[in-house]
Amino acid sequence: MPSEQLLLSLRAVFARQFYRHARSILASPSDVANPLLFFFMVITLFPLGLGPDPDRLAAMAPGILWVVALLASLMVSNRLFASDFEDGSLEQLALAPYPLALTALAEVMAHWLATGFILAGVSPLFGVMLGLPGDGLLVLAVSLLLGTMCLTLIGALGSALTVNIRRGGLLLSLLIIPLNVPVLIFGTSAVREAVIGGNPESWLALIGGLALGSLVVLPIAVAAALRVSLDS
Amino acid sequence: MLLEASQVAVERGDRRLLSDIDLTVSVGEIWQVLGPNGVGKTSLLRGLAGVARLGVSGEIRHGGTFLYLGHAASLKHSLSAVDNLRWHPACDVTASVSQICDALEKVSLAGYEHRPVGSLSAGQKRRVALARLLLSDAKLWLLDEPFTALDTAGCDWLEACVREHVGGGGGVIFTSHQASRFGGLQQNLDLGRYAV
Repeated sequence: MPSEQLLLSLRAVFARQFYRHARSILASPSDVANPLLFFFMVITLFPLGLGPDPDRLAAMAPGILWVVALLASLMVSNRLFASDFEDGSLEQLALAPYPLALTALAEVMAHWLATGFILAGVSPLFGVMLGLPGDGLLVLAVSLLLGTMCLTLIGALGSALTVNIRRGGLLLSLLIIPLNVPVLIFGTSAVREAVIGGNPESWLALIGGLALGSLVVLPIAVAAALRVSLDS
Repeated sequence: MLLEASQVAVERGDRRLLSDIDLTVSVGEIWQVLGPNGVGKTSLLRGLAGVARLGVSGEIRHGGTFLYLGHAASLKHSLSAVDNLRWHPACDVTASVSQICDALEKVSLAGYEHRPVGSLSAGQKRRVALARLLLSDAKLWLLDEPFTALDTAGCDWLEACVREHVGGGGGVIFTSHQASRFGGLQQNLDLGRYAV
């Protein structure tokens, strides 16, 4: 605990933690590549399993792409705070004279940029692979951009609750999949609406609202969950 | 007074490990927490630091700033020694890179400043973690097994560092299985007496 005069601004604390976590993620590229590789592999398998009929694939593409994105997010969620817990960083974060919600949010945002943001960026390519019509590609990317932020924040809550449990992956899935369902429904509906020529804006607004709400509420819940995990 | 704890009890899960611990740490004091494996030394230290709240009851008051160095070194293996201290999660290191390099030199890590911590030995990682002591202005140090993984020279350095800290108006509580290193300067808190 530093003395009062040495306290950093909250913005500086956020930046330090974001930078530290981002550098740590970038040092192990597999953490970034794994969800993308998973996404690519599963999307490649669907035409083989369902048959090469383009109309059929295009009709199912919004649901397929969103479910796979959700699973990819789930896959990396359980490691979000694991290394911090194992190497003692979490204890130090909890002791720092700054809001744990803020530093946890910095880590979550670094994690989202390295996973969800990139996934959303390359998702139109996967959409093309499944024959998603052009009208749906941009909406797919935007919905995933907002949706993966929600998924990452919800995953962070699950990770914080299970960080001290060995092989907590299954419990994490059970905890967060129900919370992910609204995001999945809104995201799929937005893309489907765009594909049929409708107006996806209301669905995108709903996901945007969820993302904003998650940004405000979930870091506080994540911080509380981390403290409980450190206690037990 | 740097720390005052009264009627402290420590629980792990639904099992009470320790009870009725009273401890006051004043300026210039060194306290070694003793006890067999599993008695609750780390749990007590975490409780005194405020890391664990649910499992620790009683009144704990801090008289100033403190620094807690856990058994895990809180280092990221992919980052260099300098970056680990510069971007430490406790955000208590506001020193410049040159000051951090000086501190690393004092813990005999000159030349290792910019190497990834993952490439260092266990003893060198411990030294990186201990370099934080030199960069902090905290009055009270709470150190969990600080001598672990250090060689003889490292232990001697840490001993001198602790002596200098308490001589300069600080206080130290540490856990260790090693025999007393600080002679008459040291007081022992034998947890065997408080085990439930």
